[in-house]
Order: sequence, then C-alpha cells, then structure tokens
Amino acid sequence: MNKESDFPKLVSAGADALIVYLGEGISVSVNQRVLAAVRAVEQKLSDVVLDLVPSYNSLMVYYDVLNIDEPEMRERLKNALQDLTSDDRNQTGKRHRIPVYYDKSVGPDLSRIAETNNCSVEDVIKAHTKQTYRVYAMGFAPGFAYLGEVSENIRTPRLENPRKKITAGSVAIAESQTAVYPSASPGGWNIIGRTSTQLYDPSSGTISPLNVGDEVEFYAVDKQEFIDEGGDTETLS
Amino acid sequence: MMRIIEAGMRAMVQDFGRFGYLSKGLTRGGPMDEHAFLWANRLLSNSFNAAQIEITLGGLEVEFDSDCQCAVTGADVELTLDDETLQNWQNFKVRAGQRLKVSYASAGVRAYLAVQGGFQVKPKWGSCATVTRDAVGGLHGDGAPLKAGDEVAFNKEQDYQVSRRVGWKYRPNYEKTPVIGLIPGFQYDAFPSSAQEAFCYEDYEVTKDSDRMGIRLSGKALEYDGEGLVSEGVNVGSVQVPANGQPIIMMHDRQTLGGYPKLGTINPFDLGRLAQCQPSQTVRFTRIEGKVAQQQLRRFYQFFNVRLTCQAGHNLRS
Repeated sequence: MNKESDFPKLVSAGADALIVYLGEGISVSVNQRVLAAVRAVEQKLSDVVLDLVPSYNSLMVYYDVLNIDEPEMRERLKNALQDLTSDDRNQTGKRHRIPVYYDKSVGPDLSRIAETNNCSVEDVIKAHTKQTYRVYAMGFAPGFAYLGEVSENIRTPRLENPRKKITAGSVAIAESQTAVYPSASPGGWNIIGRTSTQLYDPSSGTISPLNVGDEVEFYAVDKQEFIDEGGDTETLS
Repeated sequence: MMRIIEAGMRAMVQDFGRFGYLSKGLTRGGPMDEHAFLWANRLLSNSFNAAQIEITLGGLEVEFDSDCQCAVTGADVELTLDDETLQNWQNFKVRAGQRLKVSYASAGVRAYLAVQGGFQVKPKWGSCATVTRDAVGGLHGDGAPLKAGDEVAFNKEQDYQVSRRVGWKYRPNYEKTPVIGLIPGFQYDAFPSSAQEAFCYEDYEVTKDSDRMGIRLSGKALEYDGEGLVSEGVNVGSVQVPANGQPIIMMHDRQTLGGYPKLGTINPFDLGRLAQCQPSQTVRFTRIEGKVAQQQLRRFYQFFNVRLTCQAGHNLRS
C-alpha cells in the first residue's frame, strides 16, 4: 500500500509520455484530484502538452519531445501539481439523463442478474435507475464511459465468454461499473437493456456528450417510447 | 485521381494520425511503420503528414488518370508500372493511364504508397487516418479500408522532382531478427525480476493474431504478482501482459485505456520495425533508457520535419 504522501507519483509511459498517479483504487475524491490535475496541466503546461487522458486515479500526459525533455517535464509537472486547490475538487460536471428500455429481448442478462441476486427483474431496474453515476473515465472505444458505482444488490461479474457482437446502445453492468456500448462491439459485460441515445456519432461534430466528472442517471422507458426515439429493437441473445 | 483496381489483402488511407481526442476514447491511427511512411513523403518533398496508402501484405493494383510522381517504401514488394519493373524506396514518374501493381511482400508486412502532394482525403477530427474499429477516417470517412472501384484524389499540379532514392544504410532488412528497445515504465517495478529478465533475454515470436491494434507475441509466459489494476492510459508501444503471460505490444489502433499490467513502452524508433515482422518471425527485446530513446525520437522527428500541435486538454470538454 502507498501512503497519500506518495502522490502525485510520476512514472514513465514511454519516450513521449508520463503517467501521473493521483491515488489508488476507485473513489470520487481521487477522481476529483485527477480532474484538478487536468485543469492544472491545462493552465500551466499548455505549451508542451499534446494530449491528456484522465482515468480513475491516473492522468496520462503526452508531451512534445521537440520542445521539452523528460527531466524538465517531470519538474514542471511536479510544480504544476504541487497544490491542487480544494475549489477544483468541488467542481461538478454536467448531468445527463439517459432513457433505457429494460427488457429481456434487448437485455438478455436481466433475468440472470435478478436470479443470482434473489430479486425480481423490477428490483434490478429500480436499483439501476435510482443511482446517480459518475463518469470516472472514458476510453476502450470512442464515447465509452466507465460509470460508477452500481448498487451492491445488482453487482455481477463479467461473462466468462464475452459475446462476439453487442448492439450499439446496449446498457451493461460489470461488478461495480455500468456503461453504455456506444457502437456495436464484442464485450463481456452483462446486458440489461438498451438506449436510443447515441453516445458516439462519427457523423456529428462532437465525439461524445459525456466527459470525465459528469453525472449520469438512467430512467426506464417502455417499448413504444423507445421505438419513437429511434431505438433499435433487434433481439440480442 | 487514382482508381483502385484490386485492393489486395488490405489497403487504407493513413496520414500521421489523429491527435488530441484520446480522452474521448478515439485512438490515434496513423502508419504502423512511421519510418517507412516518413521516408515515402520525404522522397517526394511532401509534408510529413501527407496522406498515403498503407498496403498490408500487398496485392494492390491501381490506375492513374493523370501524370504524377510516386514512391513506395516499407515491405519488400515487387512493383510493376505497366510492364516496367520499378524499385521501391525511390521516387518514380507515372503517366496518365498507367497501372501500378504491388506484389505480395516477400519480407516485411506493410508497404506505403505516396504521391507527390499527398492524397486529398477529407479529414475527420483533424485527420484522414483510417481506423476501422472507430468507424472513422479513410476515403469515405467511415473507417472502411479501400476497395476496388474507389477513386482517391490527389493534387494534379506536380512540381518537378529530381530522382531520389533512400540510401542502403537507411533501409531496414526485414528478414533479420530485430532487437527492439523497451523503456521500463508503468508497472515495471511490480513485475518479478524473472519476468523483467525473461522479456529481455528470451526470444519471442510474432503471432498471426497481430493486427493494427496490437502485435501479439508468444514465448516464455511473464508472471505478474502485483495488485490488480484500475483501467489507465495505454500508450502506442505499451507492453501489456494479460493473465496468460503472453505479451501484447499495443499499436496505433490500440484502445486508449486498459486494465492489464504493463512492463513499459517500446522505443518509438524501433516500433516500425516490429510492425514489419511477419507471423512466426522471431524478435528480441533489450532495455533502453528513456533518455536515450527520447533523444533518438527527437532526432527522428527533426530529420523528417515532424511537427505535432500542442492541444493540451483542448478537446477534453468539447
């Protein structure tokens, strides 16, 4: 175990990047420190930073090797991250409400989750919709947001055999995390429903409406509402 | 304009890559072998970022509707322009109506076809790099590779170019077993020394499951006894070690986040060489200091006039 004073910890991530660890594990406070670090780096190192990738407890910093070398980059990062102010920590992101059609035809793991947790399908839906989730990280695929944390009553491990193809818009659970698959892809998470909301639209100007630090709520809609909003009812097994 | 007659195994439009969108999960794309790609642009006095065709394994046949100058670099392929045999790693003139054939590669995997001025393809999010997995970039903007019948535009006004070729000492021998530099990083210290040593002293073989996302290796399994990992950023060249211990080198179409432990990152200077390894070819790894790799990368970028734009977190909240 590391001590809090060990952070921020700077580690090599290649010839053109450093990864900064702001803490351990999954927690809102550590993730808020990550976002505070993003803002500090944006403000103080914008002349040398090529790209930033925040995640649960870390921040990848890609920098321009033509302008700065690693020792100087470490020095400037250390200085920039010296005092992450508490104001930054309290800043919250946007709130998003995502409609979900929870049904066995589009959520093939719904009944199994109910059975293994000794509850009804309605209870699973209730548990999934009552929580406000935080976007802890974005990645894996464009627009894929890692949301946490799922109520303990419905946490379910990943499938042993991932599905070869999951329909875009599928809403899924894996342990304490939940997510929407923005595009069709293979995947091992448990599928409980589907949304008509597009979370990755390559034809539009923005890649995804979600950002790390935003809040997401899901609400249940019936089949007709789902279809009216352009939802895809193709059965997933 | 250049028309695709036969697309071969796989051919796609690539520029130097899509930068600044990693935080949204959009990967970089770009040429798997930057060394060969940059040489092709240099032979034609193009910008480093000018779009080219990345030809995987070969089998491409194209027809040009106007005069132009081209160059092919990378994998060892035979080139025929109508009936004339041409050398790769040099520029050559093409007249309107001529057909260029690229054979299957005898060594190496990826060849690059460049035209003077670059192919004119509409960029998406700052780049026309084809990333099939992300459904973005390429000729039609949807991530699809090129297919027979596609027409790729280029600037018809060509400057006169003297004949140029890449000197032998700059042309890699793709048949030789490459020695690839590893910059220790990420969870390196959490791996047992047996795994650290094995990776740098044992031979590994490139497997046939390798693709633009990752070069998969088979060889001595690497143990990891550190703590489980929360998903974090993954760089191009990162050496991921999944539960079965067989390392995967993350390449240009990698996922932007991952939860597997990583030994470090491959020296970017050597990465193109790795991308040219055919299935079952042997590779060896050796530790290199980050400082040394960084100096090499800086010289490499300076030589080819590579200029990347600092975007900080500019696109993070767009």
